[in-house]
Amino acid sequence: MNVFIFDNTFEGLLTVVFESFKLKILPDAIVCKNKYQPSLLDVSFEITTDVLKAERVWNGIKAKTSKEACDMVYHTFLSGMDNIGMIIFHYLQLTFSTNYNVSVNYREESVLQIRQIQQKVLKEAHRMFMFVRFQKTSTDIYFAPIQPKYDVIPLIGKHFKNRFRDQIWIIYDTERDYGLYYDLKTVEEIKLEQHSINKSSGKIDATLLEEKEECYQILWKNYFDAINIKERKNLKVQMQFMPKRFWNYLPEKNNG
Amino acid sequence: MNDTILEKLNVLANAAKYDVSCSSSGSSRSNNGKNVGNTVSCGICHSFTEDGRCISLLKVLLSNHCIYDCAYCVNRSSNDIARAAFTVDELAELTINFYRRNYIEGLFLSSGVMRNPDYTMERLMNVAKKLREVYKFNAYIHLKAIPGASPDLVKQAGLYADRMSVNIEIPTEQNLKILAPDKDFASVYQPMALIKENIIISKEERKKYRKSPVFSPAGQSTQLIIGASPESDRQILQLTSGLYDFQKLKRVYYSGYVPVTLADNRLPALKQPPLIRENRLYQADWLLRFYEFKVDEIVNDEFQHLDLELDPKLSYALRNPHIFPIDINKADYEMILRIPGVGVRSAKLIVHSRKFGRLNESHLKKMGIVLKRAKYFITCNQLTDGHKDILPSIIRRNILNEKNKLLKRFNENQLSLFGDLLI
Repeated sequence: MNVFIFDNTFEGLLTVVFESFKLKILPDAIVCKNKYQPSLLDVSFEITTDVLKAERVWNGIKAKTSKEACDMVYHTFLSGMDNIGMIIFHYLQLTFSTNYNVSVNYREESVLQIRQIQQKVLKEAHRMFMFVRFQKTSTDIYFAPIQPKYDVIPLIGKHFKNRFRDQIWIIYDTERDYGLYYDLKTVEEIKLEQHSINKSSGKIDATLLEEKEECYQILWKNYFDAINIKERKNLKVQMQFMPKRFWNYLPEKNNG
Repeated sequence: MNDTILEKLNVLANAAKYDVSCSSSGSSRSNNGKNVGNTVSCGICHSFTEDGRCISLLKVLLSNHCIYDCAYCVNRSSNDIARAAFTVDELAELTINFYRRNYIEGLFLSSGVMRNPDYTMERLMNVAKKLREVYKFNAYIHLKAIPGASPDLVKQAGLYADRMSVNIEIPTEQNLKILAPDKDFASVYQPMALIKENIIISKEERKKYRKSPVFSPAGQSTQLIIGASPESDRQILQLTSGLYDFQKLKRVYYSGYVPVTLADNRLPALKQPPLIRENRLYQADWLLRFYEFKVDEIVNDEFQHLDLELDPKLSYALRNPHIFPIDINKADYEMILRIPGVGVRSAKLIVHSRKFGRLNESHLKKMGIVLKRAKYFITCNQLTDGHKDILPSIIRRNILNEKNKLLKRFNENQLSLFGDLLI
């Protein structure tokens, strides 16, 4: 088995593609370094990420297909699904071996698969726009915890910056332990060394909150109950649109 | 905690909930660095209540005092309920604080009629005006137009709103007059026509001068109550079609009548709201707007009521067997849209993909087409095409059996917590 090892970044994956084409060796598996378990049957290739090589592959995809197709690959990578390296590799193999823009030929299984994964990732990002709930601290920072299924942090900063331009905010992925910080000028990725976030309820320590914060959460909860029409109860549809995994960070649902 | 605000919010949200419009879409306005928030044209749903409907705006009445006594309305003057009213600042603070926490896209503001239509319309407009000019609120505002309000006030209001609406409620004037003797269609159609004209004028002016004022950029909508009065689905859908074609409405909403009045013999004594019928009407509405259907293909003189057991597209297909089977690889997009089990997204996928080669049933399955339904209506010119020439009544029976099997399995696996299912 030919195993290519990389650092689990998108640039790393593109470098794998570059090296594989250069060495003319097809991978049987693409594994990230901290998950790799060496075996006697494997021929392993440890790939060092090279931004220039990654860029050449990226530009190659764009030239063969389109900017949208490039984004499609990047979004698919963010899904972090099992074996996503090989799924993307097969798609890129197809891209480079056809003489037309294959990214819109949904008859090809590989193309349909990539597109369907991308749709899932984009849907999860949109759900962040829907379900992020800010808590206001006494220092006027609006803080929101999230627990997305896929790594959508890179996709959501622009929306929140454009919308909440005049307030300092932080959005933090409590599972992946990193997030975004907006200081009224730019959005940056951050990692909090210590934090007082309760992972299961998403709440930060009550002493840090602005004095009216709890009031607004109570008002929101009341509104949520008041606007409901009991004679039209339909829990199935509610759960379809708002799966239970989001409930613990929603003030209207987390009973806290 | 200000208890008065909490009480007011409870009363005035409860009073507003039967106006089912929930959209925050159709307007795209960016933040200019000196105001609060923005709008995005796709709209965003922020939460979902136990009735399955979405919350995207803070939907409240400015006041639920009302001089009218419409039989179907929970806020009618003869109803003994708590009455309240917000001050402009109370409402503005609430809206902005909810917005900053990402709970909502904006405000949906209606009101009971206080004193007279003009007084009410002016009060509504002042809330929107203060939000925009003093609080610098740049997010979504949906403002109701009060039937009977003067044209000047309606015209002014549209400058502050993203969307406006005025509700028809009862689909025919004669039935409206039985349930709400003070009301008539003219008082609804006048503001509706005025809003339509001003939207058109504003769009034309803006093509010439970019700085021309914007008027209700997300258009206007209306609501029809289903089941409070005896109109047929055909009457309702013909009205709908006219509203889309001539009044250029963005949306018509259907609100299944929730019995809010006991012992008024002008209203039917329903045990529960007609939710399945309401769902079928929405499906028919979708056929008009996205599937290029004409009204009389869905309902007509011979077929005045929608089938409750089947969705309107399938019902149409079973009544028109002569247009099937449709050739997946050759038929126009408009015909592909008519295949039961094929939605707009799938239809587009089919039309894009078949440029690269023939499609067969395995391709269709991977694309997400519901073959259990579609198989009776399509051909891929394969040797295995064996589903044709089956009688519509047999197809209907087969599809309903499938559906009932699924329903039975679902019910057996679930707790009795789950209420009515809309399939």
